[in-house]
Formats: sequence, C-alpha cells, structure tokens
Amino acid sequence: MTDATDGADERIKSESVVTRLMKRPELGAISGVILVTIFFLITADRSMFTLSGIMNFMTPAAQLGILGIAAAMLMIGGEFDLSIGSMVAFAGLIFGVLAVNMGLPLILCIPLTLLAAAGMGAVNGTVVIRTGLPSFIVTLAFLFILRGASLVGLKWFTGGSTQLRGVRDAVEGDFLTPFFSGDAFPGLFSWLAERGIIDSFNSGAPKVPGIPVEILWFIVMALICTFVLLRTPAGNWIFATGGDDNAAANSGVPVKRVKIALFMLTACAAALVAIITVIDAGSTDARRGFMKEFEAIITAVIGGCLLTGGYGSAIGAFFGAIIFGMVTIGLTYTDFDQDWFQVFLGGMLLLAVVFNNVIRKRVTGER
Amino acid sequence: MSEPIIHMENIKKHFGNVIALNGVTFDVRPGECHCLLGDNGAGKSTFIKTMSGVHKPTAGEIFFEGRPMSFDSPRDAMEAGIATVFQDLAMIPLMSVTRNFFMGREPKKGGIIKRFDIDRANQITMEEMRRMGINLRAPDQAVGALSGGERQTVAIARAVYFGAKVLILDEPTSALGVRQTSNVLATIDRVRNQGIGVVFISHNVRHAMAVGDRFTVLNRGQTLGTAVKGEIDAAQLQDMMAGGQEMAQLEGSLGGTV
Repeated sequence: MTDATDGADERIKSESVVTRLMKRPELGAISGVILVTIFFLITADRSMFTLSGIMNFMTPAAQLGILGIAAAMLMIGGEFDLSIGSMVAFAGLIFGVLAVNMGLPLILCIPLTLLAAAGMGAVNGTVVIRTGLPSFIVTLAFLFILRGASLVGLKWFTGGSTQLRGVRDAVEGDFLTPFFSGDAFPGLFSWLAERGIIDSFNSGAPKVPGIPVEILWFIVMALICTFVLLRTPAGNWIFATGGDDNAAANSGVPVKRVKIALFMLTACAAALVAIITVIDAGSTDARRGFMKEFEAIITAVIGGCLLTGGYGSAIGAFFGAIIFGMVTIGLTYTDFDQDWFQVFLGGMLLLAVVFNNVIRKRVTGER
Repeated sequence: MSEPIIHMENIKKHFGNVIALNGVTFDVRPGECHCLLGDNGAGKSTFIKTMSGVHKPTAGEIFFEGRPMSFDSPRDAMEAGIATVFQDLAMIPLMSVTRNFFMGREPKKGGIIKRFDIDRANQITMEEMRRMGINLRAPDQAVGALSGGERQTVAIARAVYFGAKVLILDEPTSALGVRQTSNVLATIDRVRNQGIGVVFISHNVRHAMAVGDRFTVLNRGQTLGTAVKGEIDAAQLQDMMAGGQEMAQLEGSLGGTV
C-alpha cells in the first residue's frame, strides 16, 4: 500500500509499451494473425495474398466471425452457447419457409427470422437463469432440440425432403437482397479495375467484383461490439456479470437482463449468418451451421476470451476468425494436405488457452 | 451530541424457530465510529443485514434521521445513504479499478447513444483514491493487482463517493496484515472526519479500540450495552464478547495472551 504522498509509488516500475500491450486481451489473436500470415507467405502460393485470394479467405472468416464475436460477447458475460450452430439451421428453416413457402418479402422475412431467433435466445437465457444450471448443459440440450426441429420442420414444409430449395428465386429482385447477398461496391471495383489499380480480366471486368457483403457485416459487428464493450455502461455490465455475477448484482448491475440479452445476441448472429448463407446457396438444409458452435467458441478463445468469463474482446474474436479463415482456405494454396487444418486448429486452441491463462495472471498480478 | 443518523430500537429477528436477534438497540451519529463487537454467531451479520435492508426485522423499529423507516430492499437502504461493504467487497479482480468503482452506476455522456464517460470516471477514481491516501499507478489497473487493504479502500471510497451517510464495514480488517490493517484503520478515520457515521464490525478488540468512539457488544443475539471510549478497556470488552467466565479460564491456560 502506498503512503499518502504525492507522486507515483516508487516501488512500481513504469511499464514499457510491450508490457502494456501484453495486458490487452486481443494481443494473442493479433500476433496469431501475424504468425499465420508469415507462415503462408513462406509456404503458400503467392496468389493467396492477391485481392481475390484475400476475399477468398475473408468470406468464410466473416461468416464464422459474426458468430464468433457474438460468442465472445456471451463468454465475456460468463456463459456459453452451444446451440449457435443448430440455431443457424433453425433460423435458415424459418427464413426459407417465410420466403419460399409463404412468399413474404425480405422486409418481413428478415425481422421475423431475427425475432424468432431472439425468442429462442431468450428461452435459452431464461432457462439458464431460472434453473441456475451451467449454460453449457442447457444449450447442449438446445443443440439437439434445434437441430432435430430443423430436420423435422424441413420435412414438413418440403413434403419429406431435408433440403428447402428455391430461395434465390424467391428473393430475386427484392430491394433488400443486395444487403445480404453478393458483393458490395461493384462500381468502385470496376472503376479501380479500369484505372488498373486492381487486377482485371481481359474483358476489363475486375477479377474481384466487390467486397462480399458478409465481410462488411463482420467488420460492422466487430466495431459495434467493441464500442459497446469499451465505451458504454452496458459493456461494463457485461464484464461485471461475467467477472462475478453476485458482486455485479449487489452493485446494481441488472445481471439477468444482461445475460438474456447476450443469449439473444448469439441467436440473432446465428440468424444473420443463416440469412446470408441461405440466400447465397439458394437453399437451406438440416446440416447448415453444423459444428459452428465449437468453431465460434474457438474463435472467441483465440480472440482472448477466458473460459471463466469477465475478460476478452470483440476485436480479438475478429482476428480469431481471420486466423480461422486463413488456415482453412490457406492450406489449399500450399502443398500440404488440406486435412491438416483440424490439427492446426486444435493446436491453436490449446496454445491460445495456455496463453490466455498467462495473460490473466499478469493482469491480476497473480504469481 | 448530534442526532443519530440511524437508530435501531429493540430489533428482533427470528428465522423460523431460531432467534438470531433478541432485542438489539444500536445507533450511529454523524462523524463517529461505532464498533459492533461480537464473537462468531453473536448475530453481527444478521444485524447489519437488517440495517442494510437485506433482512426485515421480526420486531423492533428503525429510525432514519429521526423518522421511522422500513427498508424493503438493499437498494432502498443504499438510496437512503446506508452503504455496506461486505467481506467479499463486491469487487471483480479482472476489471480495472475504475470499472469496479462505477460498476452499475456509470457516468454517462452523449446524446442519443449514451456512452460510458470513461475519462471522467478515471479522473474521479484517481481523485477519490488519492483522498483516501492511495496513489494508484493507473486507473485502468486491475483490482486483482491491488493488495487486500487497497481493495478494501476502493470499496470504502466507492461507498463514500456515492453519498453514504452511514458506512457499514463488515470485518474489514479480518484478512489483513499489520500494515494493511493500520492503513484501513486510517481510512476509517478519514471517512469519519468527513461526517459519515461508520459502523465497524469486528471481533478484534485491538482494532476496534484503535478507531472506535463507542463500542457495543453483541452476545447471543442481545446487546450487552454500549460503552464510550475511555470508559472501558480492551480486557473488559474481550470478556463481554466471550461471555465472561470461559474466557477467564482460557486466558489462564494460555498465559493471558489472547
């Protein structure tokens, strides 16, 4: 304890920039991106880091990242959601049925799908809070319930098939379609191609017609979540709830509302991914989003989230997802067998958990 | 003598057939430190929980600033100005001092989107901690990196900043070393000098004697009377807490060191 004198405590060394950086939760993910980039710069075909190559790995990164950032927010709030992947299938079913079977325009389909997902998220959250059971087990139940419901629902609405087709025709020409499908800024990209700033085909059309919309959603979501976490009262409540929900509640934090809202967020993120990928594929099936819950959690952990809650970052999850995309797609640019990808991922996860643990001890000054 | 901020008259609290409190009378005046002493199981915790609105008394009356008052929840008591620092401190080790300080009561700025005014929060935290005699290295330092005494002080500073008129400290020195204890005791003195009434719960007579103005001993759910500083010595308090005879016997066998 310091004495009541002015000035700094002489026993505390001033921190170097490196030490300060070490305490940021996203450090691990950022250095991971750098390492993986170096690895692929050495081993992969050079086309990986051309504009089209980057779009190639950023697209799956974005689809996973939307889930991963939401999972990170929930993990910081101290809970897990293992039903994210099944929720993608379930939301895909709802969206498909609304768009194809009921023929509703997107302006109704999208809010209704998000609403249904948010409702399921609220159920998840309420069950966790009411029973006091670990969210791990409650959402594991919903992993099966929602996957099964998607399968049964698909058969109902298609008359026995496990795939619901015709989504592309249904949404074609809808004024909202460009926000959820295809590439953004085509004008800018052809302009850049004309000037020779980016690569173009012989016909003069740019090789990359635009930025896939999911990448924009991914970036916007990372920015909003980071802002909420670091610069709003709600962000402080999320950290507090995850850090110690009892202490938080005693200090006047609406812990239950925070947790339910976070479960609703993960469910809505799953629905957003479902909408984007279903429009993109033109159909939905029962295997949509399979295993995505684990990938989302891995993304959050690589991004610096502690499994115990109360610590982590949305920007970290953003970079975690990019690592994921780079490794999945990047191996196809190398001579390695592509199936090394899972080995790689498991290794990354293990490394990240160990690293996060060290960081946590540094932050709290444990020795 | 000034009027008491809070006066608890003949408080009784029963849990089913267990009588936890059986007629406790206690008051706190502004700018004094009133020590509530008692051994484990004497009813200290039940009593302060009644005072801070966690429990409703089975019988008895609470007067707050002269008016009869009944608290329905800890929130009510907090809003009236009764702040309690429980032993767990309601602190989150992984969060920064500032984030802990303003947890649940964040200062806001901005128009439509209300932002957490972190710069102002940082500044207030540094200032308030300096007033309590602690120079933080940085307001974004994690609470987990602070010592036990410093954490206690953050909790006290937080309660004072948010307008406590009565500050209830539940065994603030029980887990601390010698230096840390004296620092916390010094903090209590500072708080008292600001005109806040401090209720200091302890079972350590020496700590109580160091800062207390008045002493009330609880034993088996009853008050054994209140003494003013100077009227009573440590040995007498110790005896009252332990209920007399057994303690005398023990002290004999331990050579009078307890």
